[in-house]
Amino acid sequence: MAPSRDANVSAGNKTNYKRDISAKVELVIGSRKHANDIFDVLAYLQSDEEKRVVCAAHACCRLFAALLERGDLFVGQLPGEERLLEGSHNPDDKYRMFVRHRYNSCIELLLENMGHSVYQVKETCLCVLMKLAAAEAKHPLQDQSWSEHYNFPRELVQRVVQRLLSDSEDMAMLISRFQEFLEMDDVRFYVINSVRDYVARLVDKHKGSVMPVFQNNVFALLSNINMPSQQSEMSSFMVKPEAKHDDWKAAKLKEHKRVFDRMWLMFLKSKLPGNMYKKVLVIFHESILPYMSEPTLMIDFLTAAYDVGGAISLLALNGLFVLIHKHNLEYPDFYKKLYSLMEPSVFHAKYRARFFHLANLFLSSTHLPAYLVAAFAKRLSRLALTAPPAVLLMLLPFICNLICRHPSCRVLIHRPTTAGDPCDDPYIMEEEDPAQCHALDSSLWELKTLQKHYYPDVAKAAMAINQPLSSTEVDVSELLELSPFELMERELKETPSDTVPLEFDSATHLLRSAREVLGAHFSLD
Amino acid sequence: MGKTATKKKNLADKVRKSKAATQIKNNPFEVKINRKKFDILGRKTKHDVGLPGVSRTKAIKKRKETLLKEFRQKHKSNKFIDRRFGEYDAKIAPEDKILQRFALERQRTHDKKDLYNLNEDEELTHYGQSLSEMEKLNDLVESDSDSEEKGLLSAELTESHFGGGGGLLRKKGSGEKEEGDQKPKSRQELIEELILKTKQEKRERQTLKEESQVLTEKLDQDWKTIQGLLAHKTPKGERKDEGEKPKSDDYDVMVRELGFEMKAQPSEKLKSAEEIAREEKERLQKLEADRLRRMQGDMVDPSKKKQVHFSADDLHDGFILDKEDRKMLTYQDGKWNLDEADEKVNEEEEEEEEEEEEEKEKEELVEEDDEEGDDDDDDDDDHHSDLDSDQCSEEDEEREDEEDKGVEETDHKALSMLSEEEKKAQQEAAKVELPYTFKAPEGTSELREMLREHLPENQCLIVERMIKCNHPSLGVGNKKKLQNLFAFLLEYVGELAVSSPPQLSTINKLIPQLYGLCQLFPGAACKTMQTLLSDSMHTMEETIEVKGWAAFPGLDMLIYLKISGLLFPTSDFKHPATTPGFLYISQALTKCRVSSLEDVTAGLVLCSLAVEFVSLSQRFFPEVINFLLGVLHLAVPDQKSLGYSVVPPFRLAGKCSELLVVPDAEACKSWNRKPLPLSATKSLKLSTELERNHHRLSLLYTCLDLVKRCTTLYKDLTSFSHIFKAIRVLLSKHLPVKSYACHFQDLHREILEAIPESPVPHPPLVFDKKKPIPLKLLTPKIVEILDYGKKRGNTKEQREKERLQHKYKREFKGALREIRKDSRFLAQEKLSDILRRDADRKRKVKELYGSLSTQEGEWKALKMKKKKR
Repeated sequence: MAPSRDANVSAGNKTNYKRDISAKVELVIGSRKHANDIFDVLAYLQSDEEKRVVCAAHACCRLFAALLERGDLFVGQLPGEERLLEGSHNPDDKYRMFVRHRYNSCIELLLENMGHSVYQVKETCLCVLMKLAAAEAKHPLQDQSWSEHYNFPRELVQRVVQRLLSDSEDMAMLISRFQEFLEMDDVRFYVINSVRDYVARLVDKHKGSVMPVFQNNVFALLSNINMPSQQSEMSSFMVKPEAKHDDWKAAKLKEHKRVFDRMWLMFLKSKLPGNMYKKVLVIFHESILPYMSEPTLMIDFLTAAYDVGGAISLLALNGLFVLIHKHNLEYPDFYKKLYSLMEPSVFHAKYRARFFHLANLFLSSTHLPAYLVAAFAKRLSRLALTAPPAVLLMLLPFICNLICRHPSCRVLIHRPTTAGDPCDDPYIMEEEDPAQCHALDSSLWELKTLQKHYYPDVAKAAMAINQPLSSTEVDVSELLELSPFELMERELKETPSDTVPLEFDSATHLLRSAREVLGAHFSLD
Repeated sequence: MGKTATKKKNLADKVRKSKAATQIKNNPFEVKINRKKFDILGRKTKHDVGLPGVSRTKAIKKRKETLLKEFRQKHKSNKFIDRRFGEYDAKIAPEDKILQRFALERQRTHDKKDLYNLNEDEELTHYGQSLSEMEKLNDLVESDSDSEEKGLLSAELTESHFGGGGGLLRKKGSGEKEEGDQKPKSRQELIEELILKTKQEKRERQTLKEESQVLTEKLDQDWKTIQGLLAHKTPKGERKDEGEKPKSDDYDVMVRELGFEMKAQPSEKLKSAEEIAREEKERLQKLEADRLRRMQGDMVDPSKKKQVHFSADDLHDGFILDKEDRKMLTYQDGKWNLDEADEKVNEEEEEEEEEEEEEKEKEELVEEDDEEGDDDDDDDDDHHSDLDSDQCSEEDEEREDEEDKGVEETDHKALSMLSEEEKKAQQEAAKVELPYTFKAPEGTSELREMLREHLPENQCLIVERMIKCNHPSLGVGNKKKLQNLFAFLLEYVGELAVSSPPQLSTINKLIPQLYGLCQLFPGAACKTMQTLLSDSMHTMEETIEVKGWAAFPGLDMLIYLKISGLLFPTSDFKHPATTPGFLYISQALTKCRVSSLEDVTAGLVLCSLAVEFVSLSQRFFPEVINFLLGVLHLAVPDQKSLGYSVVPPFRLAGKCSELLVVPDAEACKSWNRKPLPLSATKSLKLSTELERNHHRLSLLYTCLDLVKRCTTLYKDLTSFSHIFKAIRVLLSKHLPVKSYACHFQDLHREILEAIPESPVPHPPLVFDKKKPIPLKLLTPKIVEILDYGKKRGNTKEQREKERLQHKYKREFKGALREIRKDSRFLAQEKLSDILRRDADRKRKVKELYGSLSTQEGEWKALKMKKKKR
């Protein structure tokens, strides 16, 4: 009956649905007589037109918030819909049960709509759900006496989270919207809990297979969690805690950290795709490690990542550094490993700046043995032979800094004792152990080569080794992020002198010049 | 101070030297002797004796003349000024004074309207007598003294008068001896004889003159008799004028011509072919040395080095076009001739245009020239006074003619070429349509409109004419226009390159024009190139940020890079246009993903450009080596257990890592070496697998050749073997050379020979040797003092300041003294005035008293008389 009327209305007067919905909501709120109109409003929720859905969702929010406030919803264990009719309840209870059932079906519909194709609908549904959750928190639908969770609408939040962590749909946008609610400490606590449970369930179900979409969603949600760093910061709650609930876990930072630990461990336990690894590692040292109650739990993960090689190793370095630095991690052969990370691809990796920043940190200690520093310097200069100019501008001062920091390495650029006699390069590039590679017996001929580099600034930087190095180090931190485009801009910004030198061999043809190479292999047509 | 001092000295000298001065000087009461403390030998003393009385009177006299006068004039506002010319100027002689006054008088009466009045109605006088009257007497007998011995300066005369002259005297002496043998004469006699002789000569001349005088008078009389017979009589004065005027004009013209003419300069002698060749060689050597210096990266003081740009049309004769803009300052009839030259130019331009129109109608050129010649003649006749302007305009004309001829020549050349090729009909038509002047385009679209319809040759011609018509020497805004034209042309070139199919031959034709424009405006060209590069780099950077990699630059950018290499020196240590180009190539070679044969081709084009650019300076280009290694890696069929690693954008294994593997042995056999088309960087139209394989082989060959070039380029680098280690491993172990053609095998072998298996030993690094810092020298500094008595020991400025201060002090004192003296003098004067006035009054009172007393006396006497009576 209602849907048909609804259809008539929609067919007859398209613009009037708003008025219709609000009128119905008013009626339902106004008197119990019109309780059946809830069906009509819910029918709008199933509509095809997103505007109607949005409108209906808002209406539902208003409606059920009002009803909740009035206590028109049944509290406690709800009997089934079918049994409602036959059961012997007084009419008042019957009405409240009926409304509670409608409330449940409304929530079902809203959850369903979170998978809607239109983002606006999704967003509205999410917001409405969270508002209802807030309303529910004020007027709990469970008996408080036996709930350790105080009166937090745990189930509702859990269902929202499950919906958010869809394994078939990318919910990144919605999750970023959801972040707003994660600011509330109790919401965050329960979300973390439910994420953990859900991930554990799904991972168990799929047994080690990779679920990229699901994992992406999980990661999006997890990376959006901003943990508080101090107990005093925890002040915003959806459910206001009262004095007698001192032992409520959601109000304690320690508990937060504990569930945070467990959640991440659960997530990282599952098999992750390569790019997910990278994503996790990128934020690892900033937004994960500091908030863990026991960061040492991550040692296994990080060492495993460090052993993977390539970019993942580079990224794991950062987390390892934190562990070594703050948590006394003893990492055997750390420098050896670092040494082996120095590969030509390092210069082209996306995380080059971060890597060299860390390498600079690791090598800043003056207590390192000279052979080690020499090995690094030599290896880097060997690798510099393949590096682009933007990297070279950073790398050359880097090497010079190493030598400057460790005066015993000065022999690399200044070996006057045997001056004059040519000798082979004793350095062994393939040797993995820096102690065995004979770097200290070598010289940095590579830098000599780079003095002939085509880019003038690089050539100038390489010229620095011709003179005794200055005692102060060059600050490489500004050079780390240098991009070729910046170089170009720098080049163009230089005020050109009033005269521009010109080629004096007059050009007559495109492919005929004094030193033609292009024309030797290519023709005009 | 010095000036006044000298003045004083002069006055004093005058006093001293005058007759009275000696008397005064001798008068011991006048002389004051300044006592000297020491007698210094060799010092001239000026002021040992003073004449205080004399100088005081002089000073008083001077004050009376100046200060007293002023004092008397004080508080008197009216003043009589005598404006008569030179009334109080004693220096001008009275006669001069009269003359000048007369001239001024005449000037005053001379009106403007009388400007062209050539003395028609007024009578000229000389000493009050009419000149016209005097003209009649112009044939008076010249006085004797005038003609006497005029220009007569024979050897004898001088000898006899002065007894001088070495050679002549001897000669004469010998002659005299012969004579003297016969009859010796005394000097007295000789002189008398000589006098006699000269007198006789004089008389003879006089009689001759008288005779001729008589004859002329007679002739005049005869003429007068005939004159009456002549029908038309012209007044004498006019006739004379007629006769004289053209003559004097000619002379004037001559004088002015000589005055205004540009000084004839000795023309350089024509150079022989050898000399020209040698000069060219020297010039090139100089430029090459300059290039090498820049390559070393020595920073030059820009103020020292002044860039001299040579235009494409420059003859290297030091003739600079820019100066032509300047207007010549000319005068015409005493007025500043401002716009004459401009008008001229305009006229000529019009003429030119007319010419062109006529040419379009295929008229004879000769006629045109004749006409022009006529014009020139007219000009000469009309304006004699502004010869210089004419000259300069003539020069302009000539130059323009030359240019026209240049255009025509090329035109003819093109015509003849085409006729040789015998493609007549429609090309001829197109040629006929081609105008001779083009205005500079305002935008690329306009340029495109102008060029699109034409053949490549004609496009080149059009641009050439455009440049000529808008040469910076021809107009003010032309410089800007041509600078823009360069940018538009480059853009047009880019459009040609990206059009499909790319019109590279057209671009090829436009290269000389681009080069010429670049030589004209290096700064603007450099700027344009920079903008192009940075724009492209910017877009590439953006795509890299989004995707992590970028597509290879299009053919337009490749062409731009190539052109930048043609226009600017790539060997410089740092160059505003080519260094960004290097960066661009580097960025493209490291960040662009290689996923197709086109990409490989584009990459190899970039590599060859890079190799070309560094071939002179032999600079190290790591990206090229990386890329070549990557390309070679693409040809390795079995990509396992490699002894090397490749650098991004290449990957050891992956989707496109076997792009250049040639599976077909047949294709290897049938492959022939031929240059790849540049258009292959954009789209490859290879239908069959065989063609694809051939293309692959061509790419591989190119790559190997580039590797070989690199090995020769970099063989002197210290890490040569390390740079090429990976390539060596790849070539020797993994590349299936055996299956390729023999070209490959040769190349392969050469490369492997060039790269040594074991690294070449090098001496270990040491710092550059430094000059030891010299020890501090502790010997005292000795300054020799040459001029005693002068202040020294300070810097020049301090000394100067001291000198000035000293001078100021002395001047101040002097001035103070003068003022004191002045006031004293004035006080004295005032006092004497008062005294005089008092005395006057006294005298008058006395007189009055006197007269009164006489009156009284008389009256009393009268009274007494009466009484007595």
